Amino acid sequence: MRLLGPFAFALCLAAAPAAAEDPLPRHDVPLSKQGNLVVALCDGETSIEVPGVKPGDALTREQGQKIADALMKEWRQKHPNAEWVTVAQEGGQEGGTAVSVPEPRGAAADQYQTYGAFTERDQQIWKESTDRLVAEGKRIFHDAKALGGTAAISCDMCHPDGSNTHPETYPKFQTQLGRVALLRDMINWCIENPVRGKPFPDDDPRLKALEAYILAQRKGVALEYGKH
Amino acid sequence: MAHKSIETKYYEERTSFFEDLKIVGALSRRGFLQIAGVSAGIAAAKGLIVPQSFQLIEIAHAESSVEPFTVAYVSDTHLYTRNVNDRFIRSAVKAVEDVNALDPQPDFVLFGGDLAQLGRREELDLGAQILKNLKAPVKMMVGEHDWFLDMGAHWQELFGPPQYSFDHKGVHFVTLMSVNEKDFWTPRGMTAEERMQTVAGLDNGVQSRFEVGPDGRSWLEKDLAAIDKSTPVVIFSHSPLYKYYRNWNFWTEDADEVQSILKKFDNVSVIHGHTHQLLLNRIGNINFYGLLSTAWPWPYAPEGLPKLTVQMNRADPFNGFDGCGAGQLNVLASGMVDKIYNLWNRNPVTVRASYLTSGGTEDQPPATTLSSY
Repeated sequence: MRLLGPFAFALCLAAAPAAAEDPLPRHDVPLSKQGNLVVALCDGETSIEVPGVKPGDALTREQGQKIADALMKEWRQKHPNAEWVTVAQEGGQEGGTAVSVPEPRGAAADQYQTYGAFTERDQQIWKESTDRLVAEGKRIFHDAKALGGTAAISCDMCHPDGSNTHPETYPKFQTQLGRVALLRDMINWCIENPVRGKPFPDDDPRLKALEAYILAQRKGVALEYGKH
Repeated sequence: MAHKSIETKYYEERTSFFEDLKIVGALSRRGFLQIAGVSAGIAAAKGLIVPQSFQLIEIAHAESSVEPFTVAYVSDTHLYTRNVNDRFIRSAVKAVEDVNALDPQPDFVLFGGDLAQLGRREELDLGAQILKNLKAPVKMMVGEHDWFLDMGAHWQELFGPPQYSFDHKGVHFVTLMSVNEKDFWTPRGMTAEERMQTVAGLDNGVQSRFEVGPDGRSWLEKDLAAIDKSTPVVIFSHSPLYKYYRNWNFWTEDADEVQSILKKFDNVSVIHGHTHQLLLNRIGNINFYGLLSTAWPWPYAPEGLPKLTVQMNRADPFNGFDGCGAGQLNVLASGMVDKIYNLWNRNPVTVRASYLTSGGTEDQPPATTLSSY
């Protein structure tokens, strides 16, 4: 537990892209002369090169554990008297760049658990991520090409603001199909027929985004599966 | 006894009427239609009882200066060129064939705007070509889809000015250009195509609201100045001349001002396109009727639906023609308008002027069984 914790918590790949406009502190790691993978610790300072491994190579669990252990060893050498968890929660020491973690909300002291320990900031991140999926769905909904259509028809032409898509009524028996349908079945039906495209596979990110947008338009409407 | 809808009764009456006529001699379907009007006229002239809901000819009232007549309409065809989308073309052709099959023919055909989808020259040319097949003369109205690529240049080359008036059999008709928009494109540095694409979408907050505009309103005032208040007035406009739902531009920003210009008349009917649905309203002295589209139906907006609107049934997505159609305006001796929604794939719905003027208490059209979500 003690070893796995930091591994999951602290391992950040140097290749991870940072948002272009991001004003947050950066951790630029030295490039490997041999083109090896360089792994950075999220203290903003420490990094190690992994010999023989190139960026993008798959790592075994053992290799990953070795990297985590090596990073932690180096961090402990730099901070012989510090506890990693304390430092991370207090926002680092000596002006370090470790992320400041605000107090968990709610009855943290009484019922502390990892799952319940989220902050306003976490919620904001989650909301933004969700909204991004909804926005992507909205884009596809309004774009015949993104739908893979061949007749210049997009969803919004018949369903402005996702109207009359009534996602809250699925699953329901769709008489025209002769079977019980989910929202995604109807999305795909529309893509195949009026839009004249190819239906999306069930795990297609475009289908997920469309579902997200359509559902988002009906926030607050009572679920009423089977309604006609 | 099972409940019978108004439309069912209409068909029963019609069937029995024609069955009676059959006794006179075997008739082909075409002969049927030809004799129908004549027979109704003879029956009325002889004082015979004729089914009330199936008179093809309205008998003029002695005191009225209006000679009843029929206008057919086709609206919102949203044509792409053939290589892009052929379904909308087939729908437009179907509407033209429907109108051409009317017997007797209407005095003229109103085209309700949005001939093209993206205002392209080829789309407008194609539309003009299709409408040329109509046997009756055509009165053109412009829609935003026809206008915002080249700001009406090609449309006007084909069809002339978008705003005009004429008199017909005692009724004063005005076609308004109601889809002007304040410049939202220059500050955003949009190309003509981007401007058109933006206006073509319903649910974006970028574009401005439709308006007749100050020039159009003063033109209208001037045009109506010499018209007597007792003359029936019928206004054609693409957008509804009232405020229904702003977010989708089911809306005319200066509707109140336009309505007040029309206030002096005893009897005004506004026939508008754009909303692709059975849509009814009455404000003051004005009856409003929306037109159907041939291309696709629109759901009712989440708010603002006029109380007098009897919704049409939710469209069947599995039938590309359902909820679409064309129709007729029957101009009565009173100068009022009965409107027939000739919905493809469904029974026609007749909306009598008396339904609107009575505030919804008389002659109610059949109610929906599948309302919008």
